[in-house]
Amino acid sequence: MLALALLAPAVVILVTFIAYPFVMAIWFSLTSIRVGDPGHFVGLANFTKAWEDSIFQTAFKNTVFYTFWATVFKLTLGMWLALLLNRHFRFKRIVRASMLLPFIIPTVLSAFAWRWMFDPTFSVVNWLLYHTGFIANRLPFLSNGDWAMWCAILVNTWRGMPFFAITLLAGLQTINPDLHEAAALDGANAWNRFWHVTWPLLLPVTLVVVVFSVIQTFSDFQLIYVLTGGGPANSTHLVATYAYQLGVGTGLLGEGAAISLFMFPVLFAVVWIQLKYLKRIEAA
Amino acid sequence: MKRRTFVKASAAAGLQGILASRMAPAFAQGTALAWIRWNDFVPASDQLLRSKIIPEAQKALGVRVTLETVNGNDLQPRATSAIQSGSGPDIFCLLNNWAQLYADSTVDVSDVAEKLAKEQGGVYPTNSSVSKVGSRWIGMPWATVGLLIAYRKSWLAEVGYSTFPDTWEKYLDAGKKLKAKGHPIGQTLGHTFGDAPAFWYPYLWSWGGREVDEKGKVVLDSKATVDSVRFMTGFWKDAHDEGGLAWDDTNNNRAFLSGEIAATLNGASIYIESLRKPEQYKTDKGGPMKDDIAHAALPKGPAGQFSYHVPFTNTVMKYSKNAKAAKEFLTWVHSKPVYEQWFVSQKGFSVAPFKDWEKHPMWAEDPIMTPFKTATSTGRMMGYAGPPDKRAAEVISKYIITDMYAKAVQGMKPEEAVKSADGELRKIYGQA
Repeated sequence: MLALALLAPAVVILVTFIAYPFVMAIWFSLTSIRVGDPGHFVGLANFTKAWEDSIFQTAFKNTVFYTFWATVFKLTLGMWLALLLNRHFRFKRIVRASMLLPFIIPTVLSAFAWRWMFDPTFSVVNWLLYHTGFIANRLPFLSNGDWAMWCAILVNTWRGMPFFAITLLAGLQTINPDLHEAAALDGANAWNRFWHVTWPLLLPVTLVVVVFSVIQTFSDFQLIYVLTGGGPANSTHLVATYAYQLGVGTGLLGEGAAISLFMFPVLFAVVWIQLKYLKRIEAA
Repeated sequence: MKRRTFVKASAAAGLQGILASRMAPAFAQGTALAWIRWNDFVPASDQLLRSKIIPEAQKALGVRVTLETVNGNDLQPRATSAIQSGSGPDIFCLLNNWAQLYADSTVDVSDVAEKLAKEQGGVYPTNSSVSKVGSRWIGMPWATVGLLIAYRKSWLAEVGYSTFPDTWEKYLDAGKKLKAKGHPIGQTLGHTFGDAPAFWYPYLWSWGGREVDEKGKVVLDSKATVDSVRFMTGFWKDAHDEGGLAWDDTNNNRAFLSGEIAATLNGASIYIESLRKPEQYKTDKGGPMKDDIAHAALPKGPAGQFSYHVPFTNTVMKYSKNAKAAKEFLTWVHSKPVYEQWFVSQKGFSVAPFKDWEKHPMWAEDPIMTPFKTATSTGRMMGYAGPPDKRAAEVISKYIITDMYAKAVQGMKPEEAVKSADGELRKIYGQA
């Protein structure tokens, strides 16, 4: 009885904030619900429509591209930063704390700041490059589809890298320094020490961080919404922003829900594979 | 006609009675209303609503109105969440034909709208087409933001155009020369609600392209549409600021006022801002920029000259517990003595939905604003040659027409861009 009572608050929270919205999203996706109109059951029609929708196809490809590259950059740069911060230097704590700033600032605010920096007419970056003689014409940061996507990846990397760095740094600090010392005595150079000592021991933490990051990046919304609005010509639309545009903007709640649910199997598969791999490593 | 005569001649007797008695109608005593609108491009008008008109409403009607202003792009999400949750602002001031998306969730305001339209000279088709479903008024037309090209007279004259180019070919010629001089044409091709559809829809129509025919059949994929797209690919590169692909509705205002662009389709907000701060906005020769700005209609194409202006509609939501008071408020705020205050504060940025306001003496005050007076009467709406209904609203909300041009200027073949847009339209219109 006591166990049930202790579990009850957690169950209520889970049901209210996770299970109920999820079940409702599934129900919406199976109906023709529009804003102000409850609609009727349409089976998988919304999923079929989305699958054939060229904007959705673009958004889905964009999401995979955006998630892949942002995660690669965040992992690489985050690891590099963590290794640097793991050394002893003056003001170590201040530097470590300040590094978290991009992660702490609300995404909407930082995305607005970046949008100003990439402004098609008044970009400070363009101004600097032009006045220092590096460019003769403005760079099309947000006004060219490819550039806009890479700019979005850059901002996502800037924002997410501290999370990688701090988490990996915590992992690095659990590695016994004796192992590095022994490897060094055996003649291992810096790269070999990293590859044969640090990396294997850090792998479980790395996998967890990557799982979190993939989930967050794949379902990213705020950054794109503020930075590009999905433009130009849908070249930066992600699944989440398109689902929002359709469901909340246009009021096609059923279609919006179906599109957002396309994220679920992908994320589920990613999480499942990574966790299974993690289990295998831990067992080994 | 003098302003006083105008108001005296037309003020509704019932309203005057309310104002004279300084007593609120009993039914509305203590009622609170929430009204949500966009952040006006003429900030003085929002200020006027907050500081004068809304306090007057409380005295006249006993209704406490709370005005909330948000970015125009955020109105649709707010409406969706309010309708689905059954709570939110009592009155939404919606743009374009968005009211059509929420038609089932709005209170019938036919009695108010018909009465005011009759009293004030009749309603423009631009406004009635988006505010009605069949014979039912789903919203009360509030105003229309007229959109014309604002241009720098001196720069156009420098390239040989003492009057604004009246065809796309001439505009291309002028634009090429202007861009070579560092003052390109500025036009948004981004995902934004106002300037983008207001340029790209009439541009399409001027070439003879349209979304559907009179019977509702999707006919976007036509030679006329492809020609329009092909022409634009060169026009964009040769004459436009290519950063326009990432512009929202505010970028062109900033670019124009800072002397970066020579011409742009816009409401009158650029000119009004230059009037407000003549010391801040100067030409390259040091004179006030306001004296170098003029307005012109979009050029004509092979099929004629068209325009699109952004209508605003106040919808009373069905979930509102104060629908009666909301309708009373709309009647009051549209009464000539009250509406006139707001109308004048707009200085011509907004045109009233009713035709009597064309006679208002304000239009004689500044000849630069005169072209806006009758702009609305020439406008078409999205979804042409069909009605601007839910399907047309879905097309505009997905930016399909705007993106058709955006894809082409970024390198997609005109035929492919048109075919792709046509395919999307067919799905929306159920003709796939």
